[in-house]
Amino acid sequence: MVLPAKTARFFQETGDVAKFTGRFFSQWFRPRYEVTEFFRQCFVIGYKSLPLIGLTGFIMGLVLTMQLRPSLVEYGVESQLPAMVGIAIVREIGPVIMALIFAGKIGSSIGAELGSMKVTEQIDAMEVSGTNPFKYLVVTRVFAATMMLPVLVLLGDAISLYGSYLGVNIRGITSFRLYWAQIFDNLAFSDVIPAFIKTFFFGFAVGIIGSYKGFHSSKGTEGVGRSANSAVVVSSILIFIIDLIAVQITDLLGFN
Amino acid sequence: MTEELFIPESALIKKRSDEVISVRNLYKSFGKNKVLIDFSASLYAGENVVVLGKSGSGKSVLIKCNIGLIRPDQGSIEVLGKRILELEQDELDKIRAKVGFLFQSNALYDSMTVRENLEFQLRRHRIKISQQEVDELVKNTLEDVGLVHTIDMMPVELSGGMRKRIALARTLILKPEIILYDEPTTGLDPITGKGIIELMLAIQNKYKSSSIIISHDMNCVRMVSDRVIMLIDGACYAEGTYEEIIKMNDPKIKEFFE
Ligand SMILES: Nc1ncnc2c1ncn2[C@@H]1O[C@H](COP(=O)(O)OP(=O)(O)OP(=O)(O)O)[C@@H](O)[C@H]1O
Ligand SMILES: [Mg+2]
Repeated sequence: MVLPAKTARFFQETGDVAKFTGRFFSQWFRPRYEVTEFFRQCFVIGYKSLPLIGLTGFIMGLVLTMQLRPSLVEYGVESQLPAMVGIAIVREIGPVIMALIFAGKIGSSIGAELGSMKVTEQIDAMEVSGTNPFKYLVVTRVFAATMMLPVLVLLGDAISLYGSYLGVNIRGITSFRLYWAQIFDNLAFSDVIPAFIKTFFFGFAVGIIGSYKGFHSSKGTEGVGRSANSAVVVSSILIFIIDLIAVQITDLLGFN
Repeated sequence: MTEELFIPESALIKKRSDEVISVRNLYKSFGKNKVLIDFSASLYAGENVVVLGKSGSGKSVLIKCNIGLIRPDQGSIEVLGKRILELEQDELDKIRAKVGFLFQSNALYDSMTVRENLEFQLRRHRIKISQQEVDELVKNTLEDVGLVHTIDMMPVELSGGMRKRIALARTLILKPEIILYDEPTTGLDPITGKGIIELMLAIQNKYKSSSIIISHDMNCVRMVSDRVIMLIDGACYAEGTYEEIIKMNDPKIKEFFE
């Protein structure tokens, strides 16, 4: 059986990404540990995306609240507004939207950075300097992305809920304390924990796909652009796929 | 050891005791593209060998094999007496510390300053030296290439010729016994190129290193080469001094000197 070229390439690449991921797992626990570089990446990755995540989170909370209000008013449950928004943001919208923004910002920058390092032989230069480029560049970035996205999502959720608080207060007044009380009364551990856990996977996907695309960048500046671009596309799709799997698992485990 | 006494003279030419790199029967292809086909050559202590070949003939692939960046499909490579294809990572890194590599595209780390670029080379090879010695070494090496004032600049702020010099400094900082130059003058104007060539000769004099230089710049070939190797059709097509090569009457060789 002969597969169409595109399909064959898809399977080929999926296999390559799997191999690349396998290489990550076989290398990360072996010394030498690039601790300094890991913390530097955490700082770079976290710091770079914080303003963007904060801003989009804030707007998202505000807009979502304003959009939901009319429907709730119609059913006479306007008082449930904070609870609804809180659940929507914490369980689903916050993690996914922020992961997508993270993919756009960090996935593309990892793809472009490693891609240009690849085509200008910087990765080769590292290797001859007695450095394992996979550990120094890939393992640190993937780990940093995995660790930083959950932190960013927590912060983003908080900012988003604050935006929502302002949204609630555009019409009608709710005190700050009452608002938060309503949110936390309606949020259970089973809402927060699965949502929190899946963000680690989102971060990992963004890191590994960005690194893979960069490491396998083809020659020339066009190749670098293409790696950056496809890093974003592929990791965004992966985020949705992981989300889909996560919801099935939480459902099966009865976390709802 | 004693066996050497009985080796006939013709074989001795092939295996001299001052051989620092020995490449034997190297094959390398990328898919259907056969790049190296039974390539053999040697580098002896203290000499400058220029490898001449067309663009795409596999010159970069050849020297990258010598330092373990590309794995050949077949053949053997000995560098400073070690068979590098069979070495463990640690051992390979030790050899790599003794072999400098000047990349065709310089390969300076864009995210680091000139100082950090040089320091990286020192630190990563786990050489135990104090910060003071590192600073000293960085400064001295930059003096060798005449660019001390760029120490805190980023690579993007430098001109092409300066970047080449910094890349050279980074290669030199470990005082390598062998230096591999991948097209050191390509992309530079003739005057800057000549400056780089003079620098290479000065380094050769100062550190007594041996080098393989890849080039298609005839000026460079004439000025630095003790010996020229013609890489044509994936093999060592001819070798000899510059004078010998230009006198050869082979059309494939003549092409280069028109
Ligand atoms: N990693 C690789 N994957 C596939 N093909 C490669 C790879 N590296 C080199 N090649 C191919 O090997 C051949 C030789 O490449 P190489 O870079 O050694 O040429 P070169 O002699 O250095 O040329 P130039 O003078 O332009 O630098 C080219 O046809 C190139 O396409
Ligand atoms: Mg080349």
